[in-house]
Amino acid sequence: MELLYFGDKGWGDELFFATLMTIAVSITAMIIGFIFAALFTPLKLSNNKFLNSIGNAYTTVIRGVPELLVIYLFFFGGSGAIMFVASIFGYNDYIEINAFLTGSFSIGIISGAYSTEVFRGALQSIDKGQFEAAKVLGFNKYIYFFKIILPQMLRLAIPNLSNVWQITLKDTSLISVTGLVEIMRQSYIAAGSTRDPLFFYSFAAVLYLMLTFLSMQLLNRLETKYSKGY
Amino acid sequence: MDIELMISSFPKLLNATLITLKLLSVSLILGLFIGLGFAILRMNNNKLINKFAYGYSYIFRGTPLLVQIFIIYFGLGQIEYLRTTFLWVVLKEPYWCAIIAFSLNTGAYTSEILRSAFQTIKPGYLEAGRSLGIPSKIIFTKIQIPIAIKQSLPAYGNEIILMLKGTSLASTVTLMDLTGVAKYIISTTFKPVEVFIVAGGIYLFMTFIIHNVIKYLEKKYRFQT
Repeated sequence: MELLYFGDKGWGDELFFATLMTIAVSITAMIIGFIFAALFTPLKLSNNKFLNSIGNAYTTVIRGVPELLVIYLFFFGGSGAIMFVASIFGYNDYIEINAFLTGSFSIGIISGAYSTEVFRGALQSIDKGQFEAAKVLGFNKYIYFFKIILPQMLRLAIPNLSNVWQITLKDTSLISVTGLVEIMRQSYIAAGSTRDPLFFYSFAAVLYLMLTFLSMQLLNRLETKYSKGY
Repeated sequence: MDIELMISSFPKLLNATLITLKLLSVSLILGLFIGLGFAILRMNNNKLINKFAYGYSYIFRGTPLLVQIFIIYFGLGQIEYLRTTFLWVVLKEPYWCAIIAFSLNTGAYTSEILRSAFQTIKPGYLEAGRSLGIPSKIIFTKIQIPIAIKQSLPAYGNEIILMLKGTSLASTVTLMDLTGVAKYIISTTFKPVEVFIVAGGIYLFMTFIIHNVIKYLEKKYRFQT
């Protein structure tokens, strides 16, 4: 237990901040994923074959390729791509991109693919009459989307989105390979310097269990809130 | 785009795919038995046994696979007692550690899939079997299991694909599977995009095959319910 003391002697404070980092990365990745989903869901639903195939390619490739491979692509390729863009503008020094940004971006792209599928499914299961009625009644685009379609879509999407959140939260453990100090990386460091891997990895498992348990409690509340009218 | 590198790395990656497939098939088979065992425990009326099976699947589904591999590979070696037993022969090999972690993980997911499949079997089938005087063992093997297999095929197909992606984590415990070799080539040549296209293509090809096999099986096992 001494190993978990806060301060110089124990690893309590380090692990606490690492947990905060995991939460921060997960939330950032989730938001980036929503941005990707907002871009690709319309493509997947569009009637244009070309746009449709772009949307399908995104979800198929990302969901069919291991997360670790995607992370390596962005970890090794990210700074190269940015340096290439910078060299066009005449900047030739080495640019190192932040591990937090690469990490949340690569996890974000992955969670975006899952969110896209969730939103597509939710939009498709809204009754067609709702779209038609909103159009017939002549609502403008803002009210049409934000007041009529979005609330109905969220109700259907939230149970599946909480699955996506779980997946995203667990995927963040993989960005420890890039050196970002989140729960997994911190446990690795602590295990290395105390030679007690069993304790620290088990404690990491407990931290992840706590995070998944607490977030499920919160999300279940959200779910009941959005399904009030049903 | 370095086409030459893509062509020269293809056989190396294909060779590594064999390890990925070995890991996948062995852990899926072991996981299926573990999953079936825990699914049966989950349907037990004894509360303690039920809670135990639920706890197992909750822990393995609530923590990242990476943590599970690290606990088994780095953690278990720390217990002095284990080093003296025959288990140490297994636990000092990263290959077997990865397989233990993958089997336990996929076993947890499989137990949930099978449990919900068993629970959706209409009670009428079981009653019909009982009233015909069929012994409960045969009801289980000849009625419940075939229906459960059919019910759980789509979800189990997803689980196979998730597990295929999960085997990439074997590269974190020094195994040179497809992802491990891909990472090695990336870090020696600094050409991530080319390697990603080849390795990702191989993974996509495998998911494509798995997807279609499951689809075929679903069609084959479709019967009136």
